[in-house]
Amino acid sequence: MKCDLCDKEAVVHLTQVVDAEMKEYHLCEEHAQEQGIDIDSPISITDILMGLGQQAKQSVPSGLTLSCPRCGMARDEFRKTGRLGCPDCYKTFMAELAAAVKAMHHSTQHIGKIPAREGSQTRIKSKIARLQKDLETAVAREEFEAAAKIRDEINAFKETENSEGGAS
Amino acid sequence: MESSPSEGPVVSSRVRLARNLLDATFPGWASKEVRNRVWNDVVLAFDTFEKSETFLRWRMDELEPLDRELLFERHLISGELAERQEGSGVFISEDESRAVMVNEEDHIRLQSLQPGLSLQAALAAADALDDALEQNLSYAFSSKLGYLTACPSNLGTGMRASVMLHLPGLCLTEEVKPVINAVSKIGLAVRGLWGEGSEAAGHMFQISNQITLGKTESEIIEHLEQIVLEVIEHEKNARLRLMDSQEIKVHDHIGRAYGVLANAALMTSGEALDLLSAIRMGIDLGLLPDIKRQDIDQLFIRIHPAHLQKEAGEALGPDERDMKRAQLIRHFLDGS
Repeated sequence: MKCDLCDKEAVVHLTQVVDAEMKEYHLCEEHAQEQGIDIDSPISITDILMGLGQQAKQSVPSGLTLSCPRCGMARDEFRKTGRLGCPDCYKTFMAELAAAVKAMHHSTQHIGKIPAREGSQTRIKSKIARLQKDLETAVAREEFEAAAKIRDEINAFKETENSEGGAS
Repeated sequence: MESSPSEGPVVSSRVRLARNLLDATFPGWASKEVRNRVWNDVVLAFDTFEKSETFLRWRMDELEPLDRELLFERHLISGELAERQEGSGVFISEDESRAVMVNEEDHIRLQSLQPGLSLQAALAAADALDDALEQNLSYAFSSKLGYLTACPSNLGTGMRASVMLHLPGLCLTEEVKPVINAVSKIGLAVRGLWGEGSEAAGHMFQISNQITLGKTESEIIEHLEQIVLEVIEHEKNARLRLMDSQEIKVHDHIGRAYGVLANAALMTSGEALDLLSAIRMGIDLGLLPDIKRQDIDQLFIRIHPAHLQKEAGEALGPDERDMKRAQLIRHFLDGS
């Protein structure tokens, strides 16, 4: 991938969310340093977890500070401690957390226990997600008959999901 | 409770579930008022079902430092909770098999502890308690990310399952490092219970899952159990090899441990842990028929500083503790 500002290869990749709009920047080493991103300085564990392994403790360029509208936690604060401020922070910082979550758990879809209070829509979604995982396993093992059965189950559940009139 | 010799290496199994309330900031970011409110909400939830069970409850700001240490030594609260003040606390079942920490890293950290290799039972107990609490609380949950936690490393199931293992054979044959490395490569974490890495005092280790999202609770537990069984096999083989090739040395090692424990006037924690480890292995090898393994497991806890002081009924300095520790062990061994 080329740098946004020149023809060199991009080595720093940034994703910013501003007012629900997501922007991506790709910069080569020189332009990154120009923007104030020092890729040679020591990397903290939280930085690596954030999937921004080449960005220093300095913040994103152009004076943007992203913070959670509900609890006020700012991105820098989270990077320091590795802990979020409130459940809504996940929505606020999702763009950057996605990579870290994927790196940690090799997955971004929950298929385990669901609280009793969650409605049937969530249960159906979870069932579908679990079946999809089973489908992948069956295909990997070349058990195509079993895979076809699972696929049919998934389609049946998807129909139930739609017919229950739920927004997904 | 009788357990077969092959279960000797497994001391206990634990399942911990992390939960947070929907409408409050996480404890590390929350104000005192919010934390107190969360505590009160959990108290209410307990009061509603406590009619069928009894849970003892303590706020951290009501406990003396020694009492907090005591709970920590018994693995009922974490070091982090022991440091917390207002709004943090713990609920503990009378038999100590279940504990619920409030306002530690997450609003609720529910723990279920069972002796031996019994992850399924530990999970069942944790689940039941989770369901009971949830009837009066609204958890933060997303269909995609699962239970929402203060740290993304706990997302999804919010479950940390772990098994405590006693691995003297592997330590003595110096094979514990490769085993730790192999286990670490498959998504599990291994750490010494006291001390770091392969220098674990008492040869006690804890293996736990690292991934909490994208697998079901059963899958995580099955995987952990499978690996634990393999590690136990390695441990048993190491012990067999020791007995085959160096039987007299093993006898000597255990005999000397017994001798020192039965006669020393001063004993540090570190030394006690290592000597008790030898005794525990001696029991497994059938060399010490008069000592019960569960008594030794209790002794592992009773020799810790806060327990000693509680038993003595007063605060003790380090030298006094070393004296008390030695006395406690001598009396245990000679039956007084």
